[in-house]
Amino acid sequence: MKQFDYVRPATVTEAVAAAAQPGAAYLAAGTNLLDLMKGGVSRPDRLVDVTHLDGLDQIETLADGSLRIGALVSNADLAHDAEFARSYPAVAEALLSGASAQLRNAATVGGNLLQRTRCAYFYDTASRCNKRAPGSGCDARDGENRSHAVLGWSESCIATHPSDFCVPLVALGAIVEIEGRGGRREIALDELHRLPGEAPERESVLEPGDLIVAVRLPPAARGFAAHARYLKVRERTSYAFAVVSAAAALRIENGRIAEARLALGGVAAKPWRARAAEDVLKGMAPTADAFQEAASHALKGAKPSGDNAFKIELARRIVLRALTLAATGTPARIPALPASPFASISGALHV
Amino acid sequence: MSELNLTSAPAHLRHGSNIGQPLTRRDGILKVTGQATYAADNHPPGMLFAVIAAASIARGRVVSLDVAAAKRHPGVVDVMTPEHKPPLAIDPEIKTNPFVFRMEALQSNEVRYANQPIAVVIAETLEAATEGAALLAPRYETLPPLVGLDAGESFVPPVVGVGNPAESYHGDVEAGLAAADKQIDATYETPPQYHNAMEPHAVVAHWDGDRLSVDMPTQGLKLSLARIAELFGIAHDKIHVRSPFLGGGFGSKGLMGGPPVLGIMAAKLVGRPVKLVLRREQMYGPVGHRAPTRQRLRLGTDTEGRLTALDHHARTVSSTFDDFYEPAAGASHTLYAAPAIRTSHDAVRVNTGTPLFMRAPGEATGSIALESAIDEMAWACGMDPLAFRLKNYAEVEPMTGRPFSSKALRACYEQGAARFGWAKRPLQPRQMRDDAGLLVGWGMGTATFPALMFQAEARAAIRRDGSGVMEIGAHDMGQGAWTALAQIAADAVGLDIDSLDFKSGTSDLPDAGIAGGSAHTATAGAAIHSAGAAVIAKLADLATSDERSPLFGAGNAGVIAREGRLIRRDDESRSESYSEILARAGVAEIEARGTGAANPAAMEQYAMHAHGAVFAEVKVDPELGQIRVSRMVGAFAAGRIINPRMVQSQLFGGMIWGLSFALHEEAITDRRTGRIMNANLGEYHLPVNADVPPLDVITVEEHDPHVNALGIKGVGEIGITGSAGAVANAVWHATGVRVRKFPIRIEELLTQL
Repeated sequence: MKQFDYVRPATVTEAVAAAAQPGAAYLAAGTNLLDLMKGGVSRPDRLVDVTHLDGLDQIETLADGSLRIGALVSNADLAHDAEFARSYPAVAEALLSGASAQLRNAATVGGNLLQRTRCAYFYDTASRCNKRAPGSGCDARDGENRSHAVLGWSESCIATHPSDFCVPLVALGAIVEIEGRGGRREIALDELHRLPGEAPERESVLEPGDLIVAVRLPPAARGFAAHARYLKVRERTSYAFAVVSAAAALRIENGRIAEARLALGGVAAKPWRARAAEDVLKGMAPTADAFQEAASHALKGAKPSGDNAFKIELARRIVLRALTLAATGTPARIPALPASPFASISGALHV
Repeated sequence: MSELNLTSAPAHLRHGSNIGQPLTRRDGILKVTGQATYAADNHPPGMLFAVIAAASIARGRVVSLDVAAAKRHPGVVDVMTPEHKPPLAIDPEIKTNPFVFRMEALQSNEVRYANQPIAVVIAETLEAATEGAALLAPRYETLPPLVGLDAGESFVPPVVGVGNPAESYHGDVEAGLAAADKQIDATYETPPQYHNAMEPHAVVAHWDGDRLSVDMPTQGLKLSLARIAELFGIAHDKIHVRSPFLGGGFGSKGLMGGPPVLGIMAAKLVGRPVKLVLRREQMYGPVGHRAPTRQRLRLGTDTEGRLTALDHHARTVSSTFDDFYEPAAGASHTLYAAPAIRTSHDAVRVNTGTPLFMRAPGEATGSIALESAIDEMAWACGMDPLAFRLKNYAEVEPMTGRPFSSKALRACYEQGAARFGWAKRPLQPRQMRDDAGLLVGWGMGTATFPALMFQAEARAAIRRDGSGVMEIGAHDMGQGAWTALAQIAADAVGLDIDSLDFKSGTSDLPDAGIAGGSAHTATAGAAIHSAGAAVIAKLADLATSDERSPLFGAGNAGVIAREGRLIRRDDESRSESYSEILARAGVAEIEARGTGAANPAAMEQYAMHAHGAVFAEVKVDPELGQIRVSRMVGAFAAGRIINPRMVQSQLFGGMIWGLSFALHEEAITDRRTGRIMNANLGEYHLPVNADVPPLDVITVEEHDPHVNALGIKGVGEIGITGSAGAVANAVWHATGVRVRKFPIRIEELLTQL
C-alpha cells in the first residue's frame, strides 16, 4: 500500500495542527478508512491517530441534563451503557443494528458520523466518481443503482450516507462538538453533512484539521424515551446496510402527540430529518391516518435516481411502521434482532 | 502428513466398526487452535510476496504499464509482465484434456474479462507488492464488453457440464403439452454467483533447481500436478504439492487456474520462494463462478394431475475464450415421471472469466427452476405440492427407463413431511400469520444429485508392530475427509482408528481422484476399501499357509480381520495378531494397493442418484417485504453414511447454500462495463447466522448394493438442490406472489404484497 506518515499526537491541539496539513486524515478505529486505503480509494499522506488522546472516551451527563458522548466511545460501549439505552433507546437500537459485534467493538462515535458512502462506484477506483475524483463524473447515475438516493441527490452524485447511528441522533437534535484551528465550536448534527449539489466531494462542513470531539444530546432528547424506535429494512437479517431505515420518536401527552421526531436513513447523502412530517404530527392523536399523512410528507420531493423507485414506497411504509411502533411504546428490552422487522421473533440472540 | 497431530477423541468407537460412527473431526483441534497449516501459512526462508495487478476493463488490450514506477517503489524486486516472464513449456491456451481450462498466464496483452491478471509485482513485503501493483497504472484500449444473457448470437453448445449432451428428450413433448388439461409456461432467472471460499486461492512456490515444491489448496492434487508438469515442462516426480487443508473449495479449487501458475512463474523469475494470495475481489474472475441462467419451463398435466410433458430450456453464458456450460436443464432428467421430457440448452459468449463447477453445478440452478415450476403446476391443478410430487413419482429413471440402484425418496417425503408438520399446510397461499402478524408460508422441494465416482488408488500396509498405514492423496476441504476416510481405512484393515497411520493431502501419495461431484468419499473410500482388503488377503495367505499358525488351513473357511487380529471365520477361538504373523514370517511390513472406480456394468444397468425432500417455512413482513427463513427440515437418502456428524454438517451447509441461492447471493455486474460491483463479502450477501434458522436433517436409511462396495452415494452437493426451491415456494405460499427472478428481492414483493 502507499507509504504514509503516522502521527500520534499527545493533545487535541497537536492533533488539529497535524491534521490541518494537506493530505492528512484522522485515524480512529479505522473500520472504514483502512479498507478504503487498502482499496486505493483513500490515499492519505499522513494518518493522525487520535485513539490515544485523553478525555474523548467518556459518557457524561451535564448539569443541564444533556448527555455528552466522547468521540472515541465505541459503538458497543455506548449501546450497552444501561443508562444511555434507557434514555435514548432508539439510538441504542440503531447502534446494535449496525455492522457486526466485532466492528461495533472497534468503531467509534466520531468515526461513525464521518463514515463514507457504500456506493460501489465510489469504492471502485476504475469508475468515475465525483466524490472520489471531483469532476470525473458519476458512473452510478446510469449504473447499478437500486440502493441509491431518492432524496436530496444531484446529477453529480446519488450516493447515500450509510450510518444507522446518525438517523436517531439527527431526529433527537444531536449537537456535534468540533475542535478546529479556530478553537472549539458546535453545530447541529443535521448541519454536519452536506447534500451533494455540485460538490459531492465536500461531504461535511468540517474544515481541514477539524476534529469531532463529542456528540451531545440536548436535554429535550430524553423526553422521547417512552416512545422511540429505530426500524431498518435490509437484505439479510444482520450485517447489512439499510435499504431504508427510519427513527421515530414521540412525546405523547394526554393521548396526543406533543412533539414528534422523525428521520430517515439510506435515502440521501445525509441522515434525513423529516421536519415537515414532524410538524404534521404535532397535536394529533397517534392514529394510523395521522401516521400515513406524516409518511407522505416525509417523502415529499422524493424521486428515483435510478432503479430505486421502490425505495420511496418502502420508505413511506417504514415511516408508517416506525411511527406505529413508537406509539405502541418502547419495549422494555432492546429486541434480540434490533431494528429488524423480525424483532418480535423470540429466542434469537443479539446479532 | 504423518507429522499432523490428528485426534479422534472424544467420540468412542462402537466395537468392531469404525464406519457409521459420529467421530468428531480429527483435524478439529488443530484448526481451532490455529495449528492447521493452510497454504498461505507457509513461509519458507527468503520468501517474497507476489501481488496480481488485475484488469479494470472487461474487454480490450493493455497498452502500457508503468513498470518503472512500480520498480522504483522501495521493496519491489521485479514486475512480471507479458514481456518479462519465464517461458512456459506449452501455451496455456492449449487444452490438453477435457479437464484443462484456458488460463491467463500473461501470455498476451489482451483483456478478456474484468479482474483478469495483467501483471504480477514481486516484493519483499506484501505492502510493497500491493503498492507496486497500484503504481503500474495500466492504460487500456477498451472495446465494448459483451454482458448478460442476451449479449449476442446464441448457439447450442456441443456439450454442457462435463460431456453431457446439450439436448435430450424422450417422448413427444409438444404432443404431451397439446393433450394437457392444464399447462404452465414460466421463465426463471438465476444470477451469477461466486464460490467465495473462506480461504482465498493461494500458492507458495519454491524452486530448488528443477525441483518444485508447491503449497496450494487444491481439490485435485494429481490433476494440478499434471498441469504444473506440462506447463513448466518438468517430470511429475520433480513436483511436490501439499494441500493438507482447504478453507473451502466448492469447485473453484478443483482445476488449476491461472493465479497459482503465476505464483510458480514468479518464483522461477526471481529465483526465490514466492507467496501469492488472491485478494477477495480478485476471486471474482480468474477462478471460476456459477454462470447466470434464464430457464423456461413448460409443463402439462392431465385431469388427474399426472404430468403429460416436461420441457426445460436453459440459456446460459460462457466466456469468449473457453467453454463451460451450466447444465441447468439436466435437473429435469431424473425426478418426475413425465411420459415426455425434453431438456435443451443454448448460450451466449460474454466477457467473463470462464464459468466453472460450483457446488451442485447444473443441479442447483436447474433445481430452483424445476421445483418452482412443479409448485406452480401443483397449484394450477389445485393439488398439494407433496401429493403432486407423489402422483408423479418416478419409479424408474424417466429419461432412460432404467431402474434406480436404490431410491428411498418416498421415505424422505414421508419422514420430512412428518417432522415438518406438512399435513397442516393450507393449500391456498397467504393463509398463515404468526403472533406478530408476519406472513408465514410453507414450501417444499425435491433434492437430487447423481451418485458419481471417479478413479482412485490407495496403498495399505500392516507393520510388524501391528499398526497399519493407509496412503491416499485425498483432499479435506472442510468436509471431513481426514476423519471419514480414516474410518473407512481403519475398517478396511481391521484396526482401531488410532492404530492406523492415515496419510493424505500430498501429491506423492496415490491418486485419490478429484474432490468433486460429491464423489470423493465414494471414490477414495472404494480405493481404500480395496487396498485394505488386498493387504489383509496377503496377510491371511501368510498365516493360513504356515503350519505354525493357529490359522493354518483356514484358507477355505476364510478369516476376518478385527482389532488387529485375523480370526477364523467358522471358529473365532482360533486367531492370531497381525504382529505375530509378521514376526514369524520375518517381514517388517506387508503392503498392497487397491483401486476405486465406478462399475461400468452397474452404471449401464442402473440409474444412480441420491434423493431428498426439503421443507421450509419463511416469514415475510406483509408491508415491508423483508423475508426470513424460520425453519427448514431436510430428509436425505444417500446410501451408506460413513460419519453421521460430518454428513449432517455437509447437508446443513448445502441447505444454507440453498437458502442463500433463493434469497441472498448475486454478483451484480455493471451492464456497461462488465465489471462486478459487489466483489466483496460486505456487499455480496451470504447468509449470516441470523439468517439461518435451526436446521433439521434426517438421514433416511438406504441400502444400495450397486453403487459401490461400500454403498456410498455422496452428500456434498445434494443439500442445495431442493432447498432453494423449497424457500422460493414458501415465499409464494406466504405472500401469494410468485417471484421468478432469484435471489428474491424486496422490490419484487413490495408492490404486490
